[in-house]
Amino acid sequence: MELILALLIGITTASAVFLLLRGHTFPIVLGLWLLGYAVNIFLFVSGGLTEGSAPLVEQGLEILPDPLPQALVLTAIVIGFGMSAFLIVLALRALGDLGDDGVDGGEK
Amino acid sequence: MNHLPIMPVMIPLIAGALLFLIGGRGGGLDRVIGVTATVALLPVALLLLQVAGTGQVMVYYDGNWSAPFGIVLVVDRLSALMLCLNALLALASLLYAITGDDRLGPRFHLLFQMQLLGINGAFLTGDLFNLFVFFEILLIASYALQFHGGGKVRVRATLHLVVLNLIGSSVFLIGIGAIYAATGTLNLADLAVKVAAAGTGQAGLLKTGGILLLLVFALKAALVPLGFWLPPAYSVACAPVAALFAIMTKVGIYAILRLQGLVFGPEAGPAASLFTPWLLPLGLITVVVATFGILASNELRRLLAHLVVLSAGTLTLTLGLDSPSAVASALFYLLNSTLVGGGLFLLADLIARDRGDAGTSFVTSQTVSSPLLLGSLFFVGAIGVAGLPPLAGFPAKLYLLQTAFLHPAGNWVFSVVLISGLLVVVALSRAGSAIFWRTGKAQKPATGIASLQSAATASLLLGSAALMIGAGVTTGYTQATAVQLADHTGYVEAVMENRGVVVLPAGQGGS
Repeated sequence: MELILALLIGITTASAVFLLLRGHTFPIVLGLWLLGYAVNIFLFVSGGLTEGSAPLVEQGLEILPDPLPQALVLTAIVIGFGMSAFLIVLALRALGDLGDDGVDGGEK
Repeated sequence: MNHLPIMPVMIPLIAGALLFLIGGRGGGLDRVIGVTATVALLPVALLLLQVAGTGQVMVYYDGNWSAPFGIVLVVDRLSALMLCLNALLALASLLYAITGDDRLGPRFHLLFQMQLLGINGAFLTGDLFNLFVFFEILLIASYALQFHGGGKVRVRATLHLVVLNLIGSSVFLIGIGAIYAATGTLNLADLAVKVAAAGTGQAGLLKTGGILLLLVFALKAALVPLGFWLPPAYSVACAPVAALFAIMTKVGIYAILRLQGLVFGPEAGPAASLFTPWLLPLGLITVVVATFGILASNELRRLLAHLVVLSAGTLTLTLGLDSPSAVASALFYLLNSTLVGGGLFLLADLIARDRGDAGTSFVTSQTVSSPLLLGSLFFVGAIGVAGLPPLAGFPAKLYLLQTAFLHPAGNWVFSVVLISGLLVVVALSRAGSAIFWRTGKAQKPATGIASLQSAATASLLLGSAALMIGAGVTTGYTQATAVQLADHTGYVEAVMENRGVVVLPAGQGGS
């Protein structure tokens, strides 16, 4: 379980970094999305992993999962969603205004 | 429970909601709501300053959830000081904006209030995740404000700003996750206790988390090598927006100071003094790079943007000296550099309007229409920002050098700060003589400067003079602030022991 999650977070982050280093807005938007996913999973596991447990509370269960990271992830998802929407609109505006989707505004 | 501490967040929130619902139609209503809310922030901030000045730490428990489970807002001396500074800067920027700049794009007043909400919240919060949330609020408002007025250069600058800060937000979250995994709490007061008691097993996660946070704050404070986004962005932002942004880098500095004092202090177990060894070199390099930027600028607004980076660098190196007297001198420097920096951005806009096509570039152009007013304002601002007597920049630098005198790396601080100071004076005199004296063509009829604009600009620039007159009171306050920050027991006790839950007799409503 730990290994799978660690690999998942690692590979997602690595792909995100690769995409972020491209010079065009579309791969960067995708990269930020991927980075957001990786971060959310990381936040989710920061409360520790519990196997075979109820998502929140169930009577009779010995080990209860930590609810706080779930709340944090929820907040992070909402903020990330808003930011992504803004970035896409801005990238489209930049494409329209600058006539190029290069992050540096294209070559002169 | 006293509801005063949440007012700096509630006032802009309510004003923002009103502006969203009934504003946005381009009438005078937006201006009335925006100015009323911003004016209202000032007495609230002053009241908080008065209470905090007695040494009391006010704690507000959101929803009356007791710490460390709920979110708390904490007002100590540092928070109250920053709230006051923000209220002053915001009011001057907004008064400047309502002479016309607010009509350059939609929803200016709504975004302005959201920006204030985020900044005030960041200064107030006593919770690490909540700090992230307020950072996001101030950032998303700042993206839209940066773009205010539109145009190609602004699109490009905003795109860079957004992408960099979104990456920064992700790193912030990873840092928060690592710290939560190590300690199981995000309340700053609780973190102070838990981090101090942490075993060596959690040291790795804690240190990683802490350094990631430092990375994010360095990005916000525009320290080298993460600060190259700032000069292109601030130099094209609309004037009142750029003036308000003068406090944005200081939010990063505030976050470093807060965490350095509270969580990663000298008694913090395995993560003791985590930030301190980084701050001095980061600050020194930032000052050097910013000084080169100032010398290389070929127009005034770019020069001012580099000055903002320079002040962030100076503050960082002062915090790196790691003593209460260093913190006290840093706070005094912060007040002066924020007010004068903001004022100079407004002044640059006035100059640009007056010079027509030449803008603020250092080229020969027509004479400005009111050289006496603009020239003397520029003179006052340049003296204030360069740290020459008789304005408050001088004692600010003097305190800094006095502190550095006792530090082992003091010779580095002395040489860098003094040489950069000299070069800044050279660059500013070049700027002044290019703009006001190198004039050729006949004078165009004056475009006219609204008296409100010059009043707003002058009030910020003369803030330096006011600080100088009140230097005794102000340094007394900043020294008390530094002492309070150095010993965080008062903060922790106020948050953790006064549990906020008020038990009411049956039949009574909320507190």
